[in-house]
Amino acid sequence: MHKIIVCLKRVVDYNVRIRVKPDGSGVITEGLKMSINPFDEIALEEALRIREQGAVDEIIAVSIGPDDCQQQLRTALAMGADRAILVQTGTELEPLGAARSLLKIVEREQPELVLLGKQAIDDDCSQTGQMLAALWGRPQATFASKVEIRDQSVRVTREVDAGLEVIEVDLPAVITTDLRLNEPRYVKLPDIMKAKKKPIETLPLESLGADTAVKLRTLRHETPAPRGKGIMVKDVAELIGALRERGLSA
Amino acid sequence: MTRILVIAEHDGQHVQQSTARCLNCAVQIEAAGADVVVFAAADSTAAVEASKLSGVKRVLLVAQKEKAGSLAAVLAPQIVALAADYDCILAPSTTFGRDLLPRVAALLGLAQVTDIMAVIGPRSFKRPIYAGNAIVTVEVPEGQQVIGTVRSASFKPVGNGAEAPIEPVSVSAALPTHTRFIELQSGSSDRPDLQSAKIVLSGGRGLGSADNFKQLYALADRMGAAVGASRAAVDAGFVPNEMQVGQTGKIIAPDFYLAFGISGAIQHLTGIKDAGTIVAINKDAEAPIFEVADIGLVGDLFEAIKEISEQLR
Repeated sequence: MHKIIVCLKRVVDYNVRIRVKPDGSGVITEGLKMSINPFDEIALEEALRIREQGAVDEIIAVSIGPDDCQQQLRTALAMGADRAILVQTGTELEPLGAARSLLKIVEREQPELVLLGKQAIDDDCSQTGQMLAALWGRPQATFASKVEIRDQSVRVTREVDAGLEVIEVDLPAVITTDLRLNEPRYVKLPDIMKAKKKPIETLPLESLGADTAVKLRTLRHETPAPRGKGIMVKDVAELIGALRERGLSA
Repeated sequence: MTRILVIAEHDGQHVQQSTARCLNCAVQIEAAGADVVVFAAADSTAAVEASKLSGVKRVLLVAQKEKAGSLAAVLAPQIVALAADYDCILAPSTTFGRDLLPRVAALLGLAQVTDIMAVIGPRSFKRPIYAGNAIVTVEVPEGQQVIGTVRSASFKPVGNGAEAPIEPVSVSAALPTHTRFIELQSGSSDRPDLQSAKIVLSGGRGLGSADNFKQLYALADRMGAAVGASRAAVDAGFVPNEMQVGQTGKIIAPDFYLAFGISGAIQHLTGIKDAGTIVAINKDAEAPIFEVADIGLVGDLFEAIKEISEQLR
């Protein structure tokens, strides 16, 4: 393979607990630690491992968002991506808009493989990879927990509700990555220094000519209702009594 | 009237309960019910099962050549060919629906609402974001088809009650050959399905080993329960990944959820917060699971398993 594109979304770090704005207009993200979406980081790690097997020449990291996304792209370059592309926009895209924008990059770069996370941990949509594959007219292998590159195809083990599904897709293809695919490497200081010399190309979103119009109306955000306070029991007899009161018939 | 098409999920022969839950959502959008499309071999019983579910107006049976019938790349163009007759297309938000529906939405040039957890109106829905730490209400503007996946844990399954006609339908769509099904590896078990069981017993790292999980299996069999596990237990290799409950595993809503030796990481709690009654048994009184548990017991989980087993005798 010549190229793999890895798509990275900048999201609130997974260790940070977000809060809803008091007026319900959104979620407070100002001042919070931001990171590469963890599933996307797994996608990048997989691309690096494929390169280490000698199966690809170049890895391109792509992100869509504000200038601040350069931080996450720098991390990707330090991990080992060869170059990066930032599609600049101040507005938040829906998955369809993101997929249409990514398609423009894919058409320009002609990669054999696009890797990205199975979902972003902010909007939890789990759509972009599938949408990109559809628009590109190429196969998708979602929720991947094992990726085996073959000559003109790739064999992917998918984590599905019934167990593990193995499918084979012809290249080029889109793969979305699940948690157990790999454990991303830590970035070492010399790599951070080296990454400073690697190029990040910036393209204004408008220059791609993709239709990114927002299609859904967001009416309000709210905090989920907490569960009622529970009781503590002192032993199993009391536990079973409490369960029977609640209708357990086993 | 909203014309709804529900995409049935089945295992080749049987309709999954996720389909019945999806129909409940459909009926809340349109009381008159919905059509269900079944993509299956011509001799599959799935269409017959689907035709009995309450709220089904009509079953469209689109015959598929092979078992590979659940591949998104193969199904999506067939759904697109049916889409023009509908205002709303729904699929369960299981790995099946989450794989398939975005492909359909993109081919139609439409946005998708993922994980519908409540129906506010025919075009407005609640859905969780940030692992359920916030809930957002979204509206699909007039004139746009609604494309949505339905969060199974948020809707009870409809029962049987209908006798809907089954109509064989042929669709003209070019089907790709670039995606091939190889095999499904599943740890087959006689226990109830995790996502439809009324009682679920779940084990965490506290179980200590794959061998110790056998004690939980024995209790589950006595109670007619399914068995789940935390991510920690899966990552430790005690149980296969399809048993994982949580944000990155299965999101479930049993009547009773009994957690043994599970500390209660946020990502696990996301998977169980719609359960009827949550029971936590853990030797660490400070474990976060106790904050969401309806009934908590601080103590040794192996003793508890033994005693529950004896006292249910």
